[in-house]
Amino acid sequence: MMSKTFIRTVKNLERSQFEILRLRIMAFIFALVAGGLFIIMIGYNPVELYGTIISGAFRSKMAIQATIKIMIPLLMSSLGVTLAFKMKFWNIGAEGQIIMGAVFSSYFALFHSNLPHGLLLLIMFVAGFIGGGLWGLIPAIFKTRHNTNETLFTLMLNYIALHVISFLRDGPWKDPGSSGFPKIARFVTNAQLDKVFGIQFGWIIGIILVVIIFIYLRYTKQGYEINVVGESQSTARYAGMNVKKIILRTMILSGGICGLTGVIQSAGSDMTLAASVAGGVGFTAIIVAWLANLNPVGILLVSFLFSILEKGSSVMQSTYGLSTYSAAVLQGIILFFILGCEFFVRYKFVFGNKGGARS
Amino acid sequence: MIKFINFLVAAVFAGTPLLFGTLGEIMNEKSGHLNLGVEGMMSMGACAGFMVGYLTDNFLIALAAAFIAGLLGALIYAVLTVTFMADQNVTGLTLTIFGIGISNFIGEYMIVNSHTNSLKLPEVISQQVKNIYISGLSDIPVLGQLFFQYNPFVYIGIITAIILSIYLNKTKTGLNLKAIGENPASADAAGIKVTKYKYFNILLGGGICGIGGAYCSLIINGGVWMSNSVNGLGWIAVALVIFASWSPVRAIFGSFIFGGFNVLKYYFPKDIFTFPNAFYDMLPFVITALILVITSVRKSKKNTRPASCGINYYREER
Repeated sequence: MMSKTFIRTVKNLERSQFEILRLRIMAFIFALVAGGLFIIMIGYNPVELYGTIISGAFRSKMAIQATIKIMIPLLMSSLGVTLAFKMKFWNIGAEGQIIMGAVFSSYFALFHSNLPHGLLLLIMFVAGFIGGGLWGLIPAIFKTRHNTNETLFTLMLNYIALHVISFLRDGPWKDPGSSGFPKIARFVTNAQLDKVFGIQFGWIIGIILVVIIFIYLRYTKQGYEINVVGESQSTARYAGMNVKKIILRTMILSGGICGLTGVIQSAGSDMTLAASVAGGVGFTAIIVAWLANLNPVGILLVSFLFSILEKGSSVMQSTYGLSTYSAAVLQGIILFFILGCEFFVRYKFVFGNKGGARS
Repeated sequence: MIKFINFLVAAVFAGTPLLFGTLGEIMNEKSGHLNLGVEGMMSMGACAGFMVGYLTDNFLIALAAAFIAGLLGALIYAVLTVTFMADQNVTGLTLTIFGIGISNFIGEYMIVNSHTNSLKLPEVISQQVKNIYISGLSDIPVLGQLFFQYNPFVYIGIITAIILSIYLNKTKTGLNLKAIGENPASADAAGIKVTKYKYFNILLGGGICGIGGAYCSLIINGGVWMSNSVNGLGWIAVALVIFASWSPVRAIFGSFIFGGFNVLKYYFPKDIFTFPNAFYDMLPFVITALILVITSVRKSKKNTRPASCGINYYREER
């Protein structure tokens, strides 16, 4: 279609912030309409279903708490991957980093649970950060040394991490007290996160992280370095930055934050180390980070929106018998439209005659 | 010995869905598009293939449905990355999440609406996807078992790989495509219709991935619908493209070798040494990671990723 010159694409750089926001909101509305068409196709009323999603997420105090509980890991891991994405390092491995964070911290939760509560939790968080950080560091080392494709490498590490859990569950960490399917023992109360306002205190950590990452990216030297590496590695090198060091450091942070997510999920929500500790959150986090334009405050908003979707879709399941995967479908549709709309932020179509003047 | 032959045969069976996924991704990457949506397109194919097979009881229609489903997934990807120049990584990932989501969603929707607890393929189609018995050939000891008793998918996969190899290396269209993958601007200057080529080959690749998905749902799970039926095979396929160094014929061997890793658990002699199950499950992913490292360390100039892969082509910016 481009070759026929009836419609040409030209750069359009003069969009104001307001116009860009309007475009994105329009894309979001289009996405809801497209989702609605899908709902009509399977024989339901879209207005009714969308209503159920929103009311389902807020219908009671418990529902709101559940929504926040879903939001915590999503928010934190989105912040984690954002650091890597800012420097165009494709960390698709949040899932595995969450798992390794949970595994490292679970060791202390399971076998050193007699430590004083505060100290134990502190050790668990440090261990979780190290676990996730290591899992993020491995692909970064190979990326900086040999330019190994990090997208696929981090992905493979997800699956490897998943099987580390099943190895521990079936063997060394198997709960001798459980009959039937092997599982890992429930954490004792001493190793569980405390609740604040009825929700595990991970939500406080999440909000603090939003502020920290916001400041880190915008006002610190390291944050600036990440931005420059993301824009152009040669520019960074020319400016005398140690690109390798920046990549390694940022990936430890990125993986480490995802590792903290694993601690919060296992010790705050699951109360054990389950194979589903990441449960696809690491992938959804990528969508969230991207939709929020890698902006920490935006991530807070989008992850809240997405947890409404997730919580609402579970209500939709109990009310209409529709699968909770509807959340993933809607999330996908929304991102498709936003991705498409980015085009109109940067370019525009020009309708003209064949052979018209170039602009 | 018999056990070893059984192992080889099982490796071929387990490697076939990988073969389709790998071939599909090769077509994408040859046109300059790194499509991380293989897992999603395969899931869509798995769902469409199974559901249409379940409803029509006809293998060929099911196969066509799987192809079309994969193609539609690829169409989303192509519209976004070719026309709208969206980021290829994010678009592919979203396609994966969307594809898995929608196929699991439709699967559960079908189960709820069929008022049963599970969906099982009807008799006729299960017969059609059974291993083909060729009288005379299949009876030859060892060779017959090794070569002439697979289900139709295996043969379709190998034939597809050979056809694609001829297409890429011997036809003008295929050579044009390779030129686009290496340098779309030069190809465009030479009068090759870049956009048209990209669309055609990305869609073709998606369709092939869809067939691989149908294998997962129709064969691997024994004719019963299961959620997440592709279960990471699509991701291994993306990595296998590197292992096969973008050659459809090498993809055949690569897929079967990886199929071997997938089934090693059941054939490794337990009396020598027993590894935990998790070790075997981990193995294909560990080896894929190792291959990524090894190929990046070797960095040979021959057989590398098409140069423009991952970068969108914007005509006015050359």
